[in-house]
Amino acid sequence: MEVWNVQNVTINMKKGNKTYWKGIEQLKNDKEFIKNAHNEFPEYLPIKGSSNNSRRDFLKMMGFGLSAATLASCEAPIKKAIPYVNKPVDIDASIPNYYASSYVSGSDYCSVLVKTREGRPIKIEANKLSKISGGGTSSQVEASVLSLYDKERLQNPFLNGKKSDWIEIDNYISENLDINSKSDKNNYIISNSTFSPSSQKVIEKFKAKHNFKHVQYDQVSYHGSLEANDKSFGIRKIPFYDFSKAKVIVSFDYDFLGSSINHTLFNNQFAKTRTVNSNKKTMSRLYSFESNLSLTGSNADYRIPIKSSEQVFYIASLYNLLAKKYGKTPIQFKNEIVDDKLSMIADDLINNFGSSIIVSSSNDEYVQIVINAINEILNNYNTTISFDTPYNLRSGNDYEFNKLIKDINNDNVGAVIFLNCNPIYDHAQGSIISNKINDIPLSISTSDRMDETASKVKVIAPDNHYLESWNDYEPIQGFFSFSQPTISKLFNTRQSQESLLKWSEDDSDYFDFMKSNWKKLSKSEGINTNFQIFWDQCLHDGFYELKDRKRFNLNSKISNLLKNVSFWIDQNYSLSNGNELVLYLNSSVGDGIQANNPWLQEMPDPISRVCWDNYLSISSKLANELNLQIGDMTTQKLLLKLDSGKEYLIPAIVQPGQAEGTVGLALGYGRKKSGVVGNNVGQDAYEMIEFLKGYQNLTIKNIQLSNSNEEYRIAQTQTHHTIMGRESVIQETTLKKYVKDPNSGQYQMKIYTSKGYKKPEDISLWKGHKYNNHHWGLAIDLNACTGCGSCTIACQAENNVPVVGKDEVLNRREMAWIRIDRYYSSDADVHDLKGLEKASENPDVTFQPMMCQHCNNAPCETVCPVAATTHSTEGLNQMTYNRCIGTRYCANNCPYKVRRFNWFKYHDNEQFDKNSSMNNDLGKMVLNPDVTVRSRGVMEKCSMCIQRIQEGKLRAKKENRRLKDGDINMVCESSCPSNAMIFGDMNDPKSKISKYLKIKRKEENKLQVNEERAYNVLDELKVSPNIWYMRKIRNKKES
Amino acid sequence: MHVESKIRTPLITGGKTLHDVSNDISRRVEDKPSVSWLIALGLSLIMLLVGGYAVYRTLWDGIGMWGLNKTVGWAWDITNFVWWVGIGHAGTLISAILLLFRQRWRMSINRAAEAMTIFAVICAAMFPLLHMGRLWVGFFWALPLPNTYGSLWVNFASPLLWDVFAISTYFSVSLVFWYIGLIPDFATIRDRAVKTGRTISASVYGALSFGWNGAAKTWSRYETVALVLAGLATPLVLSVHTIVSMDFATSVIPGWHTTIFPPYFVAGAIFSGFAMVLTLLIITRKVYNLEDYITIKHLELMNIVIIVTGSIVGIAYITELFIAWYSGVEYEQYAFYNRVTGPYWWAYFSMMACNVVSPQLFWFKKIRTNIAATFIISIVVNIGMWFERFVIIVTSLHRDYIPSSWGMFYPTMYDVGMYLFSFGFFFTAYLLFSKYFPVINMAEVKSILKPTGETKKN
Repeated sequence: MEVWNVQNVTINMKKGNKTYWKGIEQLKNDKEFIKNAHNEFPEYLPIKGSSNNSRRDFLKMMGFGLSAATLASCEAPIKKAIPYVNKPVDIDASIPNYYASSYVSGSDYCSVLVKTREGRPIKIEANKLSKISGGGTSSQVEASVLSLYDKERLQNPFLNGKKSDWIEIDNYISENLDINSKSDKNNYIISNSTFSPSSQKVIEKFKAKHNFKHVQYDQVSYHGSLEANDKSFGIRKIPFYDFSKAKVIVSFDYDFLGSSINHTLFNNQFAKTRTVNSNKKTMSRLYSFESNLSLTGSNADYRIPIKSSEQVFYIASLYNLLAKKYGKTPIQFKNEIVDDKLSMIADDLINNFGSSIIVSSSNDEYVQIVINAINEILNNYNTTISFDTPYNLRSGNDYEFNKLIKDINNDNVGAVIFLNCNPIYDHAQGSIISNKINDIPLSISTSDRMDETASKVKVIAPDNHYLESWNDYEPIQGFFSFSQPTISKLFNTRQSQESLLKWSEDDSDYFDFMKSNWKKLSKSEGINTNFQIFWDQCLHDGFYELKDRKRFNLNSKISNLLKNVSFWIDQNYSLSNGNELVLYLNSSVGDGIQANNPWLQEMPDPISRVCWDNYLSISSKLANELNLQIGDMTTQKLLLKLDSGKEYLIPAIVQPGQAEGTVGLALGYGRKKSGVVGNNVGQDAYEMIEFLKGYQNLTIKNIQLSNSNEEYRIAQTQTHHTIMGRESVIQETTLKKYVKDPNSGQYQMKIYTSKGYKKPEDISLWKGHKYNNHHWGLAIDLNACTGCGSCTIACQAENNVPVVGKDEVLNRREMAWIRIDRYYSSDADVHDLKGLEKASENPDVTFQPMMCQHCNNAPCETVCPVAATTHSTEGLNQMTYNRCIGTRYCANNCPYKVRRFNWFKYHDNEQFDKNSSMNNDLGKMVLNPDVTVRSRGVMEKCSMCIQRIQEGKLRAKKENRRLKDGDINMVCESSCPSNAMIFGDMNDPKSKISKYLKIKRKEENKLQVNEERAYNVLDELKVSPNIWYMRKIRNKKES
Repeated sequence: MHVESKIRTPLITGGKTLHDVSNDISRRVEDKPSVSWLIALGLSLIMLLVGGYAVYRTLWDGIGMWGLNKTVGWAWDITNFVWWVGIGHAGTLISAILLLFRQRWRMSINRAAEAMTIFAVICAAMFPLLHMGRLWVGFFWALPLPNTYGSLWVNFASPLLWDVFAISTYFSVSLVFWYIGLIPDFATIRDRAVKTGRTISASVYGALSFGWNGAAKTWSRYETVALVLAGLATPLVLSVHTIVSMDFATSVIPGWHTTIFPPYFVAGAIFSGFAMVLTLLIITRKVYNLEDYITIKHLELMNIVIIVTGSIVGIAYITELFIAWYSGVEYEQYAFYNRVTGPYWWAYFSMMACNVVSPQLFWFKKIRTNIAATFIISIVVNIGMWFERFVIIVTSLHRDYIPSSWGMFYPTMYDVGMYLFSFGFFFTAYLLFSKYFPVINMAEVKSILKPTGETKKN
């Protein structure tokens, strides 16, 4: 580098003859000047300013800032799937992960496995390990995964109706709680039944800190039952019922197969008593007394339609019949019922002493005391019914809720927290809360959406979805269950327990809180191993069972209690001639919490096959009286007048089996603020609920009905209800006949040939297909299937089946791949074809799951002009969407009518905005990436879950082994709570299905099914389906 | 023994000379369009346009615009298809089979009948195309074309593919047959245009006539080709509707799966085809003053064909009912029980009244020689034949095997619109034909003129 010598340098700026100096310093040849003269800026420049930052730093900062800002703003839409740079350890693209978790909605619970793909939950499966839910799911459980991706969920907290943030609302709440602590008003936390031990601790903590009371309620109250158990045995809980041990079950309007607590387990237990085979030829017998035709009633061997308000007389009369036999004091009351059926039931119960279950839906503790008395006389406690492991699922208390309402009415409430509940909608007193809520100084909701309650409160602190949350549960005492997040929070929400902790001035994380509880529990359980191992095992299994369970000491006080019953019955119950309204929960929308879930809204009611509506179900006699005009998917609205003076216009349908003098109506509809899908669907029935001496009462007496003559279109997926005497579709027999002859009830069409009568399958010019490797088949037991419909929603989730909306269902274009056909029996003669169209007044009901039958000689395959539907080498009937040109010939030629055509484009189409899993980016996250979303103009149908077969095969291949039986499950099969379906390889003699159907191979390509009950639907067509049905058997006394 | 055959009544009345024939027929082509023709064309175009909107919506939004559903996958679409194909049978039957049987009365009606055939077949072909969910791939995937998908081929077992072959063959043979017949007449018009110095007309019809020179050798070739094509077309008349009927007969659906279908469908097709020819010709002869060429005798002969085929169809209906009962198959029995007494009973009774009862009126000579009666019955027959196809397709599908799937079909305005579209096309095409093409085969008609001494005198 060149160094300047600056000594004695005189710089003269010359311009012409003039000399200019830069300044006086130059003229004077100032020392300082000469030193700096060669620099660009000889003088000191104030670049550094007052701080120590240099200009360079400024440029560095600016450069960094600019690029950071640029990078931060570069949120370009991601259009391509990009591979992970660093792959997360537990995520392999296209390989699903399963996490054990717990479904909780309102007061309902189910043990589940969550299937995630690339980090997003796409399917809820049954947790087969857990004993709590019986290894099945229900339709609402299956549908809950779509509720996670509901765009109506709140995306951030709200304060006074405006978007807010957590800091602001936390400050607001703590300030107001402080102010509130100075007043002497009562404070309440309101929730549905809480059965999470850690949450309860959080609530306790909060209650202690801020002086709150915790009030629990259930949409359908079990208060009467709980109180009766408290009084009878000193335990305010619902006992554990084991239907699998019951030989006789008597249900008084209690829908344990459809809408009761833990009905998945009950389905499972009940089905165990209903399956028969050559080794087990016994069955339970189910008697059902009810007003509305429920799933329980339709699975009953004897169904006795009664008025719900008269249930008590039947129960007490049954008690008296038994009391007489066992030498107990009968109950004296008016209106005792003498009935052949009752004495038959009493005999049956006496013959099966100690192995029966009697249940009732009544919410009157005195009625439940009589039920307890019957169970006690019959020695059912500790055999079929046990308080050792009672249910925690229902703990709602009608009395306490009434006190709360009184406080609200008297403006005596200082603060109220609605903990994941929506009483303004789903409680009969909701309107009182709604009117008074503005007078409560502090009101908080943790609802996930702007629902009827949340829209009225001051603060909304939205909770996570259960698939985003940590939690623990104890649905049955001693049986714990866990919930773990399967996706990080989609929105700016916060788990309600964490909010409560925060508001209790505890900054700990709820997960840590819960874990520390479990650390304590593990110590008390004597777990000596590393806690982490124990904890990981718990989360892996999704449940934990306490090692030692205390036996509950039954100390019955029933005989004393019965003394008061006579008086109570006579005082509160009487026979009446008027009509009464009986409210119930159905199997699709249920309590209405998930009303914004289109899968549930479009799921047809298992009995009436109506979707997208609730309706008054009336008997044909009443329909005639009211001159109700019912057409093809059209009906009329009835004017319903309650005693309270309220009037409603509600469409009606004629329901065979509806008890005379009763009218049914489902709860869970008529939401006003659930979201676009669920709003204004049907009529809200919660507000019609009445109270009988403080108990919630779903039977509303003295209603007036008249025909408004207003026409209404009602969407039904099945409009013909009888089987028309077609024995090759539905075959049934009775147990007595079956025991005598396992082939009884068989309908085998035979064809006369020169060599005598032959089965149609034995006459053919063609040898048939040869299946060298696998030959898939499915066996369905009509005796085990209760018709609950969980398989239909499971299939919808697994196979990306679109929702088409009410209008398209009215056009008969629903897309379900699996449907459950429901048939009523008819009284008419087989040859009276017109008469057969009419169902009996109190029909026998049969459910038949119907999907593609995967015919070996499929009629659809031969008629497709472009070979878009073909036969696989494994016996499947395959549909190639890409090749389909949509002539619909295959659907016409399908004898089972299981093919579904894409009449419109159901995805990315504003007209089908209710099909939310295909019409918004959030909803689309639920789609199964292994299954194509079909375009308009192509045909689709059940694929026998080909993607699952393929996945199973690939897994076996990767593990270098042959496919094992049980590697592959069809989704309908795995969701079924009653294990009515068995899928497997009919070529493998060791497979479950081969053994079940007793398959023998006569020739290479001809299989012989030797199970006596097995039959193919429409066998005489010789399409030879791969779906086998087991004949239905009813346990009737007479043969 | 001396046998003297009766003097046959002349087929062409009015003592027309050869020149009269050329004049009467060609004048229509040469004249300016009449007001009534323009109004008729306008109406047809409006139908085409309104129907076109239905076609557009169907293509844009999907087949869901129609009233079809999960149970009834075909209704108006295939009803219209079979109906139009049926109508398209008369032309070739008249020109081919009657040619082979030397029925010379056919000569004055075959041109219009063949034109009607061509247009009806186009209308028919529209429906299988438009009823496809994915027309954009279907219109060439349904053809056995070499492709890049490996060995992907059409399904030769499917009756729908047979339809593709049957209809395209029938259409091409009919078109060639019709066009070859037109060549000498185009040449006549060309020559007249040259003579009167209308150059555009001369060049257009000159091109259309393929340089026809009227030499004896040309005529000989012309007649040979006509005979060969007639031979080719004759089996097609029988095969097309046989194959169309197999769409149903080869299926497993009760009410469709019937071996009687091929002969019954062919008879029905001729029945409806003749009825449509009558409808059109009665109007044409009136408007164009062709009463001397298309005489009452022609109409009567066609009416006789209608009685015969109508009776065959009637017997087929009764046979179906009998066999359903006799078979003992409960589904078959129910299908026919439901057809007669079910929710679509009115369609069945319309069919019976129109197809079986109404043609029986032609046993009365007074009725079969009455133009007004013939006209009305010819329309009634075609209404009946539409109902026949509707009854077969919809009432069989709407209640088949599994009662849970039973349901009703209701058409939407788009179903009606599609039908209207086919009518719009048909009438537009027929009106254009009747204005710009000679409606009667002049060359052939000239060969059956029997000019007597009386006419020579004039």
